[in-house]
Amino acid sequence: MAEHYLRAWLLTDTPTSRRHAKMSALYQGWLSFRSNTMAMIGLIILLLLVLIAAAAPLISPHDPFVQDLGNRLAPLGTPGHIFGTDSLGRDILSRLIYGARITLYIVALVALIAPVVGLLVGTVSGYVGGWVDVVLMRITDIFLAFPRLVLALAFVAALGAGIENAVLAISLTAWPPYARIARAETLTIRSSDYISAIQLQGAGALRIITKHIWPLCISSLIVRVTLDMAGIILAAAGLGFLGLGAQPPSPEWGAMISEGRRFILDHWWVATMPGLAIFTVSLAFNLLGDGLRDVLDPKAGE
Amino acid sequence: MNMLEIENLDVWFGTARNRVEAVKAAIFDVAQGESFGLVGESGSGKSTILRAITGLAPNWSGRITVQQTALTKKRPKAFFKTVQMVFQDPYASLHPRHSVDQVLGETLHLHGFKQIDARVVKLLDDVGLGQKFRFRYPHQLSGGQRQRVAIARALAPEPALLLLDEPTSALDVSVQAEILNLLADLRQEHKLTYLMVSHDLSVVGHMCDRLAVMKDGEIVEIMDVAALQRMEATHPYAQHLLQASI
Amino acid sequence: MMENLLDVENLWVKFPTRQGVFDAVRGVSFSLGRERLGIVGESGSGKSMTGRAILRLIRSPGIVAADHINLDGVDLLKKTEKEMRAVRGRRISMVMQDPKFSLNPVTTIGDQIIEAYRLHNKTSKSEAYAKAIEMLNAVSIRDAERVMRAYPHEMSGGMGQRIMIAMMLIPNPEILIADEPTSALDVSVQRQVLDIMDGLVKERGMGLIFISHDLNLVADFCDRVLIMYAGRIVEVCEANKLHEAKHSYTRGLLNSLPRLDAPRDRLEVLKRDPAWSEAPSVSGRV
Repeated sequence: MAEHYLRAWLLTDTPTSRRHAKMSALYQGWLSFRSNTMAMIGLIILLLLVLIAAAAPLISPHDPFVQDLGNRLAPLGTPGHIFGTDSLGRDILSRLIYGARITLYIVALVALIAPVVGLLVGTVSGYVGGWVDVVLMRITDIFLAFPRLVLALAFVAALGAGIENAVLAISLTAWPPYARIARAETLTIRSSDYISAIQLQGAGALRIITKHIWPLCISSLIVRVTLDMAGIILAAAGLGFLGLGAQPPSPEWGAMISEGRRFILDHWWVATMPGLAIFTVSLAFNLLGDGLRDVLDPKAGE
Repeated sequence: MNMLEIENLDVWFGTARNRVEAVKAAIFDVAQGESFGLVGESGSGKSTILRAITGLAPNWSGRITVQQTALTKKRPKAFFKTVQMVFQDPYASLHPRHSVDQVLGETLHLHGFKQIDARVVKLLDDVGLGQKFRFRYPHQLSGGQRQRVAIARALAPEPALLLLDEPTSALDVSVQAEILNLLADLRQEHKLTYLMVSHDLSVVGHMCDRLAVMKDGEIVEIMDVAALQRMEATHPYAQHLLQASI
Repeated sequence: MMENLLDVENLWVKFPTRQGVFDAVRGVSFSLGRERLGIVGESGSGKSMTGRAILRLIRSPGIVAADHINLDGVDLLKKTEKEMRAVRGRRISMVMQDPKFSLNPVTTIGDQIIEAYRLHNKTSKSEAYAKAIEMLNAVSIRDAERVMRAYPHEMSGGMGQRIMIAMMLIPNPEILIADEPTSALDVSVQRQVLDIMDGLVKERGMGLIFISHDLNLVADFCDRVLIMYAGRIVEVCEANKLHEAKHSYTRGLLNSLPRLDAPRDRLEVLKRDPAWSEAPSVSGRV
């Protein structure tokens, strides 16, 4: 009964307070997201990943760093080592579980830096126009002209190997597409009547960009970021694979593949298990992104 | 006393070869408390005049005087406390992610009002919407309700001159009647001056005291509504427009 | 007794939503002879949906249901999607509100007309070209040769709408459905487009369904008018007697219009009676 009442309260067309209106809008979005099965699968996988990363010390059967050279390269299904062990006898399952933390760390940091930079550059460039637009967009073009991994390689080489630098390098190469999207959106939003209307109230550029343009750009950026997450994980793994990201003995998934590469013909699982993990998480992000696009895309709404 | 004086107003878009003259040498004035109509077909430059007054069309030359003050290229903040505008399409003039409360609250805040909550309630009452619409988002409102919100937003800074850009052309006739009545009431209550653009002669005939007929960026005739009702247009184009709208 | 081209019985259009099923059209019946039939109503009255439902152009998840939609005695609802495609355009054509969205922006107008013509008639290119010029002349486009080479964005609204009408008339349909064909146009152009449409319809003995929100326009232009409210027909009358309409909704709509010849201080505001949407649909049959 209470549940029924709550549902009616959330689905009302006549909200009675600011909070009520917000909650109602969120709930409607959640309902349309929930009806998308694939997106829900993506969300569940990612929630599981977060849980696993948080509870890593509790659920991992072994210490991910302890070596057992007597039991190296144990195959799948070995008692005590369900995913086998790597070339130093470390339990692959435990390393994958701890690796989830690193993956999430990378994803979170990149997701915090790249879209924010892109949003700033894109909206300012699109709204202000003129020479500001020209300068900012040419800088964006320069970054876009390099293949992402090559540019990241150059950054890491200059900054030194390590996860933080890898994140920084990936962020620096990832923002230009966001700037482009944000600028394109801003150009259409800028000429709309509701922006003219707020200009006629004497609002300044800063207020218009942050309060009126950002809320409309952010949804398409969120969608784009989730869709790009797979690529970012792969780029981080790629840097790890090349030995420029996470350093041994850190259980970063890309670095694990890199280590397993030497045994790929005889002991395929050493490289395959982290590969499957990367694949699953990337897929989950893609599914989530597709679902979010259906919910958030302002053009699909109305 | 004149609320608005327009002298030799030229407005253009683009530069050099692509330059398009949207308004050519427009001259008219609107007295304090008067309701003045601008009539013409699409592309005649009638809306462009409004956009030039508000500064939304930055390329203009000539003289625009509001309450005896000549406008410069940049509009000071105080200008928007005197002049406000209602847009044509209520579906496009409200921010899709802002609730009615946010729209009105922000407008009041920008004009430096205190007691915003009480004023939002009052504005909603003024335009006949009432409290229960306060926290709705635009997609939860009908076209007529949206236009009422847009009118409330324009009234928020307590302007003296209201520019109306085809305020009812996107609405059903029954809703149009409600909005036109509302505008007439508000004009009386708040002693407003209207400059109204419309392609519909009967709407202008109902709402305005005088009107200017525009064609291809030029004002071809200025007449009062009594003459319009007697169908006494002198310019052939104005005559033609009158015939077409009967 | 006039011969019936189209006969619609108990037409429903339903849209399932989260809050339950929304009925856009609720049990509408009417017939169309060789005449100009107007359908008027406000937005949301179901007038456009009625027009689209006849051609089964309601997009999923919308559902069209009716006892029958007979075109010359054959039920359109029983046809397969493939058979429907042969009906659309060839036997029943539709003109939409905004020509800009109906024409392909990257192909010249000439190519589009020729393609449309050859889709319905097996002829050579040059023959189709000659026919296309003839069609453009029929809708009072003067320099047809130039228009054939132009792209849609180079056309004004009135021109675009005339071109659309020309294209719709190529396969010589029996019925033309025009959904607010002149709402996006200026008053003076409106008249021209209507005159062209009128001439063509009369000349070819077609049936025309003219959907509009503009009462005066419909009263002027049509023979018979159906007035729709909340998905139902509330009144049917002869177009020239529209101003003597009886139903309080029709009266309310007429009175809410400002009039140059009868100035008033305040416009009458329509008071909606819940009984209007409850009352059963009036039959629009002759």
